Amino acid sequence: MNASNETKSENPVISLCDVSKWYGDFQALKDINLEINLKEKIVICGPSGSGKSTLIRCLNRLEAHQEGKIHISGIELHETMKDVDIIRRDIGMVFQNFNLFPHLTVLENCMAGPNWVRGIDKKEAEKRAVAMLEQVKIPEQADKYPDQLSGGQQQRVAIARSLCMQPKVMLFDEPTSALDPEMVSEVLDTMVELANSGMTMICVTHEMGFARQVADRIIFMADGEIVEQNTPDEFFNNPKSDRTKTFLDQILI
Amino acid sequence: MFVDTVIEDKSLHKPAFLLGLSIAVLAFFFAFNFTNTIFGEFLSPVIGNPQESGFFGRLVVSFVLAIIFVLNLLLISFAKLKIQILIVWIELFFLFLAFAYSFDLELAYIFIGEPSKIWLMISKGLFTTIYISAVSIAIATAIAIVGAIAKLSNNGFAYAIASFYTSLFRGLPLLLQIYLIYMGLPQLGFMIDAIPSGIAALSLCYGAYMTEIFRAGIQSIPKGQWEASRALGFKFGLILRKIILPQSIPIIVPPTGNQFIAMLKDSSLVSVLGIWELMFMAKKIGSKDFNNLEMLLTAAMIYWALTIILEIIQARIERKYQQKA
Repeated sequence: MNASNETKSENPVISLCDVSKWYGDFQALKDINLEINLKEKIVICGPSGSGKSTLIRCLNRLEAHQEGKIHISGIELHETMKDVDIIRRDIGMVFQNFNLFPHLTVLENCMAGPNWVRGIDKKEAEKRAVAMLEQVKIPEQADKYPDQLSGGQQQRVAIARSLCMQPKVMLFDEPTSALDPEMVSEVLDTMVELANSGMTMICVTHEMGFARQVADRIIFMADGEIVEQNTPDEFFNNPKSDRTKTFLDQILI
Repeated sequence: MFVDTVIEDKSLHKPAFLLGLSIAVLAFFFAFNFTNTIFGEFLSPVIGNPQESGFFGRLVVSFVLAIIFVLNLLLISFAKLKIQILIVWIELFFLFLAFAYSFDLELAYIFIGEPSKIWLMISKGLFTTIYISAVSIAIATAIAIVGAIAKLSNNGFAYAIASFYTSLFRGLPLLLQIYLIYMGLPQLGFMIDAIPSGIAALSLCYGAYMTEIFRAGIQSIPKGQWEASRALGFKFGLILRKIILPQSIPIIVPPTGNQFIAMLKDSSLVSVLGIWELMFMAKKIGSKDFNNLEMLLTAAMIYWALTIILEIIQARIERKYQQKA
């Protein structure tokens, strides 16, 4: 995996080709084509039910797509693959509801992946966990349990937990939607810092300020399709489709 | 449960309620004529020979009983909650003793003999009961974990076997299972002793109930825990061991404790196989001298004491997990 790092920087780290997904009769994704390069920051937005979350949940195969091809670092995701967990180790994911492990302390949450999955010994895993907690600026909470923390702190722990696996790509599924308003900025600040450090990021979010600040590309989805994708400047100042204009009118009051 | 913060007047302290209650209690005691019991004897200075006291005797006895009962309630109602609970427990216990006393038992019977009968019950019967229950509980827990995973899996064979198993062993009376295993397996050529077949029947039966408890416990953990673990690259076994089971233990412990207590008592059913556990010994020893009730009562008290110990342990474990949560 390490050797392939260099060569992959030219090829897209994630590529989707004609990807479709159905829930029963309802088509959630329609012929999605997308390529994401290493170090790129993508923001995906769109009205609810447009398939944004489904799309990024397909990227680490928490959801299965039925048609088309998804390649991660050149490896295709498909239903009979044996080692999907090897790919998942390299893709961090941050959820809307944090999904921290409530029976483990903050530190143990962060050590779990490296220690149990990657087989890194405890001391090394702890060192890494402490470093990541410092990066998200809550090293002092290491020995607390998740439910003793505020929502914003929990989400930062969730980010640190993912980073401890040293992923190549980070997926964010509406990371600030479940937070009280005053806690949104602390999480966004952490994400901006992460973006500045060169992490490849794909974020489903409605935080347009964040999108403007860090995104290389904004993807607008509606009804399971990619309607428009562009640089932030073009996207906000010169939206092409009517659906994008309507959406922007509603969201940027 | 949420107790409301508004303190209501105690209904016992309202005269109308008290009067109504007294009349109802009086009517109750009057309806169940207590004249010919020990209470009638106590009141014989007033009513004369209870047998001949007739309506007057019956009225006096029920009146005295009603007064004692209502006064008792009224006095207890002034005590603090903990003391109330203690007093009521003690009173009910003495009522139970009085019930047993009315059998006209020969209590010394259980202490005579060499070794004494109560010592035989404890050293042999109690030991066997605990041994059988403990082994069965351990096996049932192992069955339950496997069964629960099988019931939650997508594997058709695993699901079919597990659901057939729980359906069968929850559907047959335990006593019937004991006979089926003890008498059925030898037909297949497996000779099986009484104790192993008793343990097999208890573990299989309670394993089936506990499978459902464990399944519900595992299912009650939010889907997000699975997703987060999967997203970190955990494999199934690791998720179950490190993430899901530790979180479901606080949910599983209370109903499992109930199953343990129930199993301890149901182990008495294996007495039909001639295993020398509490129930069997009580019947065997007692019937020899026609002192059945003495021995059955002894067994009853031992079972009761055991379950009280188990309940205390269960409460301790629950409290420990509540503190953590």
